[in-house]
Amino acid sequence: MLVKEKEIVIPGQDLAKGMDFLPGSGCYREGDNIVSSSLGIINISNRLIRVIPLSGRYDPKMGDIIIGKVKDMSLHGWFLDTNSAYDGMLSIREADEFIDKGADLSKYYNFEEWVITKVVHVNKVSNVDLSTKGPGLRKIKGGKIIEITPSKVPRVIGKQGSMVGLIKEKTGCKITVGQNGRVWIQGENPESELLATEAILMIEHESHIEGLTDKITKFLEGNKK
Amino acid sequence: MSYAKRFDGRKFEEIRKMEAKLDVIPRADGSAMFKMGDTIAFAAVYGPRSMFPRFLQNPEKGVLRCNYDMISFSVTERKKPGPTRRSTEINLVTEKALLPILDLTQFPNTVVDVFIQIIQANAGTRCAGICAASLALAHAGIPMKDLIAAVSVGKVSDKIVIDLDKKEEDHPEGATDIPLAFTGRGKQISLLQLDGDVSKDELIKAIELGKKGCEEILEVQRKALKDYFKGEAK
Repeated sequence: MLVKEKEIVIPGQDLAKGMDFLPGSGCYREGDNIVSSSLGIINISNRLIRVIPLSGRYDPKMGDIIIGKVKDMSLHGWFLDTNSAYDGMLSIREADEFIDKGADLSKYYNFEEWVITKVVHVNKVSNVDLSTKGPGLRKIKGGKIIEITPSKVPRVIGKQGSMVGLIKEKTGCKITVGQNGRVWIQGENPESELLATEAILMIEHESHIEGLTDKITKFLEGNKK
Repeated sequence: MSYAKRFDGRKFEEIRKMEAKLDVIPRADGSAMFKMGDTIAFAAVYGPRSMFPRFLQNPEKGVLRCNYDMISFSVTERKKPGPTRRSTEINLVTEKALLPILDLTQFPNTVVDVFIQIIQANAGTRCAGICAASLALAHAGIPMKDLIAAVSVGKVSDKIVIDLDKKEEDHPEGATDIPLAFTGRGKQISLLQLDGDVSKDELIKAIELGKKGCEEILEVQRKALKDYFKGEAK
């Protein structure tokens, strides 16, 4: 073992020697060594070593709530930009209301519109299927979208939504955090939206600081008007 | 007359002062700056993203596309903007130098675009470009087995030197320029070009010198990467 838990590693760095450990995601075995293949933080569970990436595109997973943007349409549905390497397909069958065959799809979700969707399926060749069936899944009207690094999303949400709940409570904004790093904010006035934006960008920037919740509380209360 | 002392007072095995910086282009997925003396290279990485036109897609793995260019004010005589015969060649060798360290099998039908811009040139631009691209790819979070470092070695008059500058390249008694790129772990050569004439023994000596030089460059790269993400731990 050559590294500690939560240490930052860079591509090509040796993580462990010998066969006592197994390479998980973000690393590979070369001869006797386990070598990192991405820039990230070490996570060790029993014998498994993983590297959690600090940067990079969103990797779609089944069940994730993401915010997509309509890029293209076909007869069968919409193609959404998901902030990952591939576009997501939202079929008319998976839309939140019944749509007749041959209907004008732009009446439902038009080009450049933002949609909160759920990833229902990711197949082997990374075709992403999306759905808007379910609570909270809909087209976005009003508010603003900001983008953060997808790896920072768990920090912004917090344990059981504690962090995002705090911002919602203090600013009175409606906030949806997509797993793909897009955040939708809608407040009663531009000032509260701005305050929420600043708080989220602060979390993204200082995600490593301990006692971040207290800091954010102080920040939100200090700037409240 | 032999080349006893270098024009800028360096030792024969000394690289110019290096500097590496990450996240220099906010809108790119990953970006880096690499400086070697007066040579400054910026690299920006976009992707992986869907590739168009479709016939260029590879259904087995992602494609790497490099784009090298010198900004018109980077050299003493204004460089006409746009691709040239020279930049086409450098695109190709950069791509081939970077491909062995990348693992794009997770991203079929996509492309990773690497844009290298030379802001200021004083010889060794393709090497500085590869160093910057290596950092930018790591910053963009693309799976890579290794880092890569590149440096030019060569023969000026009768001496084997590392990291030639423009004045040395134009030495009146003739100079041989050998750009080299080494991978970080295996120390494998992924770029070797040769312009000029050199004997077998001299070439071996030059490659050994380049290998040592690349180790120094890799240290600078590793430090830049770790420093940028230092705050992220815990």
